[in-house]
Amino acid sequence: MARRRIAITGIGLISPLGIGLEENWQAVCEGRSGIGPITRFDASAFPTRIAGEVRGFDAERWIPKRQQRQMDTFIQYAVAAADMAYQMAGLADDPPPPERIGVYIGSGMGGLPGIEACYESYKAKGPRHGISPFFVPAVIINLASGQVSIRLGAKGPNFSMVSACSTGAHSIGEAFRVIERGDADVMIAGGAESTITPLGVGGFCSARALSSRNDEPEKASRPFTKSRDGFVMSEGAGVMILEAFERATARGARIIAEIVGYGANSDAFHITMPPKDGEGAQRCMRLALDDAGVPPEAVGYINAHATSTAADVIETRAIRAVFGAHADKGLAVSSTKSMHGHLLGAAGGIETAICALALERGVLPPTINLDDPDPECDLDYVPHTARKAQVEYALNNSFGFGGTNASLLLRRVE
Amino acid sequence: MSDDIAAQVTEVICEQLDVAPGDVSLEKTFMDDLGADSLAIVELVLALEEKFDVKIPDDEVDQIKTVGDAVNYIKARLGQ
Repeated sequence: MARRRIAITGIGLISPLGIGLEENWQAVCEGRSGIGPITRFDASAFPTRIAGEVRGFDAERWIPKRQQRQMDTFIQYAVAAADMAYQMAGLADDPPPPERIGVYIGSGMGGLPGIEACYESYKAKGPRHGISPFFVPAVIINLASGQVSIRLGAKGPNFSMVSACSTGAHSIGEAFRVIERGDADVMIAGGAESTITPLGVGGFCSARALSSRNDEPEKASRPFTKSRDGFVMSEGAGVMILEAFERATARGARIIAEIVGYGANSDAFHITMPPKDGEGAQRCMRLALDDAGVPPEAVGYINAHATSTAADVIETRAIRAVFGAHADKGLAVSSTKSMHGHLLGAAGGIETAICALALERGVLPPTINLDDPDPECDLDYVPHTARKAQVEYALNNSFGFGGTNASLLLRRVE
Repeated sequence: MSDDIAAQVTEVICEQLDVAPGDVSLEKTFMDDLGADSLAIVELVLALEEKFDVKIPDDEVDQIKTVGDAVNYIKARLGQ
């Protein structure tokens, strides 16, 4: 039997760059940063006092007030982004049978704000009045998928992948497989995250993972530079509609791009660092290419994981190992985290969406803040400004704590 | 609902269930008329406990199905 093809027919984005696909796309094309001082809590005692906070999110547009208390912020973002993607795909007017729609929206850390707030409330008021009956369903990770399924009537496969900063990419990759093997015709997939809290920021501070360039927030996320000093924590959601290609074509849907290959593997090396040669990342990119039967030379753009940490060099090495001479001849690589920061579990969602839009619109988003390139980071990173380029294939890399890796290969659709 | 307890109970119900005061009357049931589920009723009961400084045992919660049930229960507990 011929392999099923999978189309992307809808995208919903929430990030520090804006609410909705167009606000985000415009910002990355203009090379704008969404990073600023932390306002969610008093961060004055923390070494890092900057983050990428979502601004202007009006939850009531999507969720009645009463129900907002039943969802921690990451779930609210997931619900809103899923709805945007669903509307964009036009599925409300032409839905498949409910049993043929699934939801895989994951999160790296889930309801950390709710957990912290509930623990405070428990300490102040005791167990009976301090702990809401909605506490558990508001904070557990699979309620992102659960709430979306309830709202959209999606009765197919439903759970949430958890793989730290590769959650969004794994969710999309596994959803791609669900349609490929015929278990559903439409999958709502991606990641959602909101953990700009004392413990969220503090935990990464303690691990010495965050930039402390507090005086220049917009310059703090600077992948591939000599002066990079850690990632910038961000929040939001990136959700897309994956749809069986023949179904999308038959109903005349706008197809933004096609997903053609997926790789998932592990470093089996260290809890937070990849091996120096990026061996796991190399194999992962090759898995995605081989899955699609596409030679490395066909890839024109990579949205790198590159978080503005020491590992940017390792990903650069891994890309060189996989792409060989092509890495210096026509392969553009950028880290859009330079603008939207690191959305953790939602990163793969927004970054895969950016790959799809880059293919559809013929524009490669830049790596901003690349003022002082690290000599060991020597690829074409599309520095400072976006570039017009019609590429056929784009690859998204997402890597996570625990040594977990995901790569997704997308193809342009005429 | 002119008396004070009823007004205060109504206020808690409106806050907890996100409904308008005009939608709340004594005969309304929490589940069928005001859209509450079992978890929302637990939360409402806890809010009433805090508001009126009473403890409502779980086995008595089952008897509170309407706004009137809640008003009468609170009045009885407060000795009114």
